[in-house]
Amino acid sequence: MAQMRYREALNAALREELARDERVILMGEDIGVFGGAFKVTDGLLEQFGERRVRDTPISENTIVGVGVGAAMTGLRPVVELMTINFALLAFDQIVNHAAHIHYMFGGQVSVPLVVRMPQGAGHQLGPTHSHCLEAMFLHVPGLLVAVPATAADAKGLLKSAIREENPVIFIEHESLYGVRGEVPEDEDHVVHFGLARVAREGSDVTIVGVSRMAVTAERAAETLAAEHGVQAEVIDPRTLRPLDLDTILASVRKTNHCVIVEEGWPHGGVGANLAALVGEQAFDDLDAPVQRVTGADVPMPYSKPLEDIAYPHEPHIVHAALAALNLAPRTGASSGTPATPRRAAR
Amino acid sequence: MGTLPAPDLAREWLTTMTLIRRFEERAGEMYARAKIGGFLHLSIGEEATIVGSARALRDSDYLISTYRSHGHALVRGTPPEKVMAELFGRVDGCSGGRGGSMHMFDLANRFMGGYGIVGGNLPIAAGIALASDYRGSDEVTLCTFGDGASNQGTFGETLNLAALWKLPVVFMVTNNQFGMGTALRRHSAVTDLQRKGESLGVPGMRCDGMDILDTHAVLVEAVQRVREDRRPVLVEAVTYRFRGHSMADPEQYRTKAEVAHWQERDPIPAFAGLLVREGVIDAAEPQRIDAEALARVDAAVAFAEDSPFPAPESLYDDVYVLGPEVRGWYSMPTSEETANPPYAGAETGQSAEAMNDEIPQRLTHALAAGEDSGEGPAGDS
Repeated sequence: MAQMRYREALNAALREELARDERVILMGEDIGVFGGAFKVTDGLLEQFGERRVRDTPISENTIVGVGVGAAMTGLRPVVELMTINFALLAFDQIVNHAAHIHYMFGGQVSVPLVVRMPQGAGHQLGPTHSHCLEAMFLHVPGLLVAVPATAADAKGLLKSAIREENPVIFIEHESLYGVRGEVPEDEDHVVHFGLARVAREGSDVTIVGVSRMAVTAERAAETLAAEHGVQAEVIDPRTLRPLDLDTILASVRKTNHCVIVEEGWPHGGVGANLAALVGEQAFDDLDAPVQRVTGADVPMPYSKPLEDIAYPHEPHIVHAALAALNLAPRTGASSGTPATPRRAAR
Repeated sequence: MGTLPAPDLAREWLTTMTLIRRFEERAGEMYARAKIGGFLHLSIGEEATIVGSARALRDSDYLISTYRSHGHALVRGTPPEKVMAELFGRVDGCSGGRGGSMHMFDLANRFMGGYGIVGGNLPIAAGIALASDYRGSDEVTLCTFGDGASNQGTFGETLNLAALWKLPVVFMVTNNQFGMGTALRRHSAVTDLQRKGESLGVPGMRCDGMDILDTHAVLVEAVQRVREDRRPVLVEAVTYRFRGHSMADPEQYRTKAEVAHWQERDPIPAFAGLLVREGVIDAAEPQRIDAEALARVDAAVAFAEDSPFPAPESLYDDVYVLGPEVRGWYSMPTSEETANPPYAGAETGQSAEAMNDEIPQRLTHALAAGEDSGEGPAGDS
């Protein structure tokens, strides 16, 4: 094991897979000479050259489409989009083509394409650079969706993604790039898709945290234990498609309480989807309604005090867990400070 | 005007154009009889553009097309039976009944698909060309699209990127004068479409898309330039579709006189007449070729009629490529009608029955592991 930052772990995964498989190429805006907007691809151009590490024009839809065509004919392209909001420009190629080509052409070709992008609030980038949109990609059959929360998973899942035969939407988190963690150095170590990580074991309440919220949920679980005597089990699904629902259900059957935490919007979100699945599959095992903690139902504001209350923090998760256990008042999907009106929109 | 090819080639061109014409006519009839659903876009009138351009390619080159793609499948060698079966939504269709009229595909013949999104195929063409270049091959990709697509963002984005990266793509804009029902002069500020790539570093050429000899001659030059220079070109093929945009088109945007004017230049009798005049074929040959085409189309319809619809339990096939180990839930059908596809939990080794006892029918993993070898074309690089 080695200590490295989340971005370094991603860099190591790209480096190892470039070295391992000649079919792997990288494409993206400013990934080469500039080293990547978030420095994930730093040094790769120098090591692998322009043929394999390709700076592109600012043309998101076309970059992804080029990746689709190259993937259909034998390459394993990894496309970087600078933020998840920019992926909306490429939604046509991602949904209509990457996701559907294998199906609509009767299985004749596959699209082994990885599209990497960071998401997340906290850097005052306002309403076009800060959102968490994993639910939009989760919605689409044909795509796989990875949301690594640790450095080890960032590396292991990205290596898996590059070796995948299906198109993968690989969602990183801006706030995690600098976070250090223990990372296996074994070049054959991969993290398989469809296997959740039980980040903390507990018997009282299951907390499912998505993307960065897995990290926030772990901190909340420590507070729950220290201050409230509540033992929370924290589950990081790691991939949303395929989804390790079995691990989540097994935990809920043990704890009988469930909280789902995500940074994205509440309507049609990952939490809404997971709450429905848990409700359908484990209704008789629940002692209380599933609690959701989500981002606020607003475009992400720039101003720091507003941004701060527009996405979940540790106290919200603590509160939701206590509410699930009937130790605090229950609310709807919660976001912002506990005092923020949660159903304010009229 | 190009020169006449060898007699065998000339006969083959006429035969293929005739086949496309008769196939499309019959498809229209089958649509009217509700054998074919959805949208149906016919390429009647555009046969010289299709055959003249595709015959400038080698078998190892790629062709990628649009939602008006039956002719492109046929010209690449996809059997008419499989194209008609696709239109009928049958299991033997060239896309297994998943794609329909707009989404024909034939990997073996390097026909890389019809695409339903206007302009959506241009970036994919560039990606295919990138892979060709990356492998060090001299393959060329011919990317056809309509005049309407030249206004899409992907047109500018892809031509720029292809010129920048020196990708071997022949972009061919099939100018049939209308983006659906909007005439060229009403949808494009620049109507000299071959010039639309100039500011992006892509030189333009033009051919008479109603004349197979001219189309072929220009495309031969374009393909050769692209193959040798490894740089893209844009070719405008000026043509006309004799039928509506789709079968649901009342054609209120053009006059019958205009259509009749273009029909005087119908590429099939024009080429047949030329071959007879030049003594390449005898005067009765066009009729024989036509009779053969009709028989071929009859056989295609019979084949399509006999081919079964895809089985309901195949609904979830090929949503994903599944390897030997399947972990987690890929697909989640929610209606009772689709609640019973085959089920397997490969990683646990449990039987389907045992798993079904544990997990209610409304949720299911995607299809069983081992259904799909996971071997895509990725294996051949």
